[in-house]
Amino acid sequence: MADTKFDVLIIGGGPGGYVTAIRAAQLGFKTCVVEKEHLGGICLNWGCIPTKALLRTAEIYHYMQHAKDYGLSAEKVGFDMKAVVERSRGISKRLSGGVAHLMKKNKVTVVDGRAKLNGPGKVDVTGKDGKSLGTYTAEHIIVATGARPRALPGIEPDKKLIWTYFEAMVPDVTPKSLLVIGSGAIGIEFASFYQTMGVDVTVVEVMKQIMPVEDEEISKFARKQLEKNGLKIMTEAKVTGVKKGSNNVTCTVEDAKGKTQEITVDRVISAVGVQGNIEDIGLETTKVKTDRGCIVADEFSRTAEKGVYAIGDVAGPPMLAHKAEHEGVICIEKIAGVEGVHPMDKAKIPGCTYCHPQVASVGLTEAKAKEQGYDVNVGRFQFLGNGKAIALGEDQGLVKTIFDKKTGQLLGAHMVGAEVTELIQGFVVAMNLETTEEELMHTVFPHPTLSEMMHESVLDAYGRVIHM
Amino acid sequence: MPIKVLMPALSPTMTEGKLAKWLIKEGDTVESGDVMAEIETDKATMEVEAVDEGVVGKILVDEGTDGVAVNTVIAMLLEDGEDKSALDDADTSAAAPPPAGEAPKEDAAPAEAKAEPAPSSPPPAKSDGGERIFASPLAKRLAKMEGLDLAQLSGSGPHGRIVKRDIEKALSEGTGKAPADKPAAAGAPATSGDAAAVPPAGIDEAMLGLLPEYESVPNTGMRKTIAKRLTASARDIPHFNVSADICIDALLKLRKELNSRDGADYKISVNDFVIKAVALTLKRQPDCNAAYTDDAILKFKRADISMAVAVDGGLITPIIKDAGSKGLATISAEAKELAGKARDGKLQPQEYQGGTFSISNLGMFGVSSFNSIINSPQGGILSVGAGEQRAVVRDGAVAIATMMTVTLAVDHRCIDGAAAAGFVQELKGILEDPLQLML
Repeated sequence: MADTKFDVLIIGGGPGGYVTAIRAAQLGFKTCVVEKEHLGGICLNWGCIPTKALLRTAEIYHYMQHAKDYGLSAEKVGFDMKAVVERSRGISKRLSGGVAHLMKKNKVTVVDGRAKLNGPGKVDVTGKDGKSLGTYTAEHIIVATGARPRALPGIEPDKKLIWTYFEAMVPDVTPKSLLVIGSGAIGIEFASFYQTMGVDVTVVEVMKQIMPVEDEEISKFARKQLEKNGLKIMTEAKVTGVKKGSNNVTCTVEDAKGKTQEITVDRVISAVGVQGNIEDIGLETTKVKTDRGCIVADEFSRTAEKGVYAIGDVAGPPMLAHKAEHEGVICIEKIAGVEGVHPMDKAKIPGCTYCHPQVASVGLTEAKAKEQGYDVNVGRFQFLGNGKAIALGEDQGLVKTIFDKKTGQLLGAHMVGAEVTELIQGFVVAMNLETTEEELMHTVFPHPTLSEMMHESVLDAYGRVIHM
Repeated sequence: MPIKVLMPALSPTMTEGKLAKWLIKEGDTVESGDVMAEIETDKATMEVEAVDEGVVGKILVDEGTDGVAVNTVIAMLLEDGEDKSALDDADTSAAAPPPAGEAPKEDAAPAEAKAEPAPSSPPPAKSDGGERIFASPLAKRLAKMEGLDLAQLSGSGPHGRIVKRDIEKALSEGTGKAPADKPAAAGAPATSGDAAAVPPAGIDEAMLGLLPEYESVPNTGMRKTIAKRLTASARDIPHFNVSADICIDALLKLRKELNSRDGADYKISVNDFVIKAVALTLKRQPDCNAAYTDDAILKFKRADISMAVAVDGGLITPIIKDAGSKGLATISAEAKELAGKARDGKLQPQEYQGGTFSISNLGMFGVSSFNSIINSPQGGILSVGAGEQRAVVRDGAVAIATMMTVTLAVDHRCIDGAAAAGFVQELKGILEDPLQLML
């Protein structure tokens, strides 16, 4: 009989769950993770990582098509979608195996099965074959069940003609045309990938701008670039109906003025957001409360039921892997009574979108900062003024910084352009260390790098820009 | 590279000092240990010794300069083989420069807190050296804008670092206010543009115009410290006073006998007896050898007696450490030496900082009794009046006796009335039967 008594039991082995498990083990807890499908969760298997693999392919393909710009010749450039997908799947598999190794190394017990709370402190586990694996007990149960694609009524994904990110990740065919509903990170990344691979892609976004959480100026800049690449974008528009053919879909799209048009495409990707996995995990056997599809938890992830915690996507937005990981660590450290544990500052969580050009940001947008009553100093620096960017052949981009005029606090940083997802962390660290413009101005940025633009943007916010 | 010579912090409470005198000049060769300058601090005059060897390349602060912040570069030494041109691009900024415009007092301020042993948990964010407060740049700037004293705040960031949320907390709770660091009024006399944080004296410009002619004597570092500490004590500590008249005829007789012994190389004063008696009393009444903090009452295991010594321009309180275990002759010798050093301004910081209980004796001025202000963070101070012949009633008849009135002031937060009364009773008993001191 397997050991079923643990200090900490985590439901879900995604980035939130497995990271929390490792930290719990480090803190000396006897820890167990119950995972229904594969370690690493959506992030590693169906999200962050495999899409980055696809987008890398798209990027190289793009460069090959523009080989001449770099003095190279590449003829008959083509691709094999099957191989592209295989590479992506292989990377997920490799990383999932890596997580299994980490679990073993940290002596975390992994149970393959579905967990269902059975009152406080108890979890019933059912194996993949439907057989009961018994009741597990743990003093602390952390729900990290993640989220799944949300569906619009009437446009429910059928996995054949209307895809979610699952199907979009492993296309059986390369569609000639594609309509993507939603321009958040998921929608725009798939749109960018398929467009680069030669598919005729239309993005339909209900809000005024693509990537609605991003700074308006950055969003506009990105849109211009994406459209230059050949992406069709419709904002303030919605898909009001779909008519499925045998191998195509006709979508009715209504614009801001109420005018409708019909667009026929091979496939539709529904990327209208995700919703928490709160069903069928036995929450009703506890006092845990839910709100709009997510579990209600406090700043240390404690729910209304003592001993039950919720972290990651299921505990609410922002639904990002790095938020889940950090939230889990704070949760378990608080449980362990580690000194100096502070709630996560959600205002300082960066966000990255890996379309071409990339978008990365942290903190308040200019509009949000003003809305919150800040008198702001805004700095801007374009890639056009940066030697490294021009040498890379990537001279289109913008680094924008927003400071509180009164205190010099860095309120937000927003970037669009090549490699900005790797650059943003500089500003994240700066924000967390509570630097003001002064320290950033005094920091030496290496030359020649893209990071110099971060410096220049800060200088610009105070009227001291050099290379513009 | 030229070596920086910094304005030293000669005591944990020192934030700035006067560069009284240079003992070297440009071009002199100095070796490690050579005395380079004299610094006048808030309490004493001290010598600055060279730490490195080299040739004095440049003196950056003129002698006689007041209010030189700790860690300011005061001179540059040239290393072997360097000539003056090496100074041209040498950085003469302070050792750990705060962001431009940051007043150095913020960095030096933790020392203030150090003098008050009031560690609320978590402890104030300062290093052991009392030199640097760890605070985020944003927190520093906010504190400055809001007039908060970082030294009074506790940091909740990593390793006790003060971060924005700590500032916000202090603002919402109304704590951590820096003492008003502006001079009283624009036209007030005697402000040497400094930061010693003396509360406004409450004299406005209009009032000054009505006063007769006066000479404005700039406040010395010591004066500022006296003003600051006494104001804080009188304002924040509930003082409770207990007096007693003590017959010292037996004590005077014993003193005479001791001092006239053959080969006596000492001359014990009445005050020496009082020091010894107080130390002994504190041993017997340990509740009075205490200091108050917000979290706990600190009960000292040893009586270190601070004795107030009047010096030119103020007063200072050198300490007879562990007076209870020292003989009268030792106490007498130490007291004499310390008082002498105090008058010459040569006391070392460890000789006047610390102390668990104070004695102030104004008997030599003929005063019969007076009350003192507690020397915070200590819990008590004894005021000793003159020994004088008075008519006393003894066994129903008027008699003549040499009497001395003592008044004890205690911090009523940590020392109760009965304990204070018990102290005075015990002290009276010892001084009236001074042979106890010999035991």
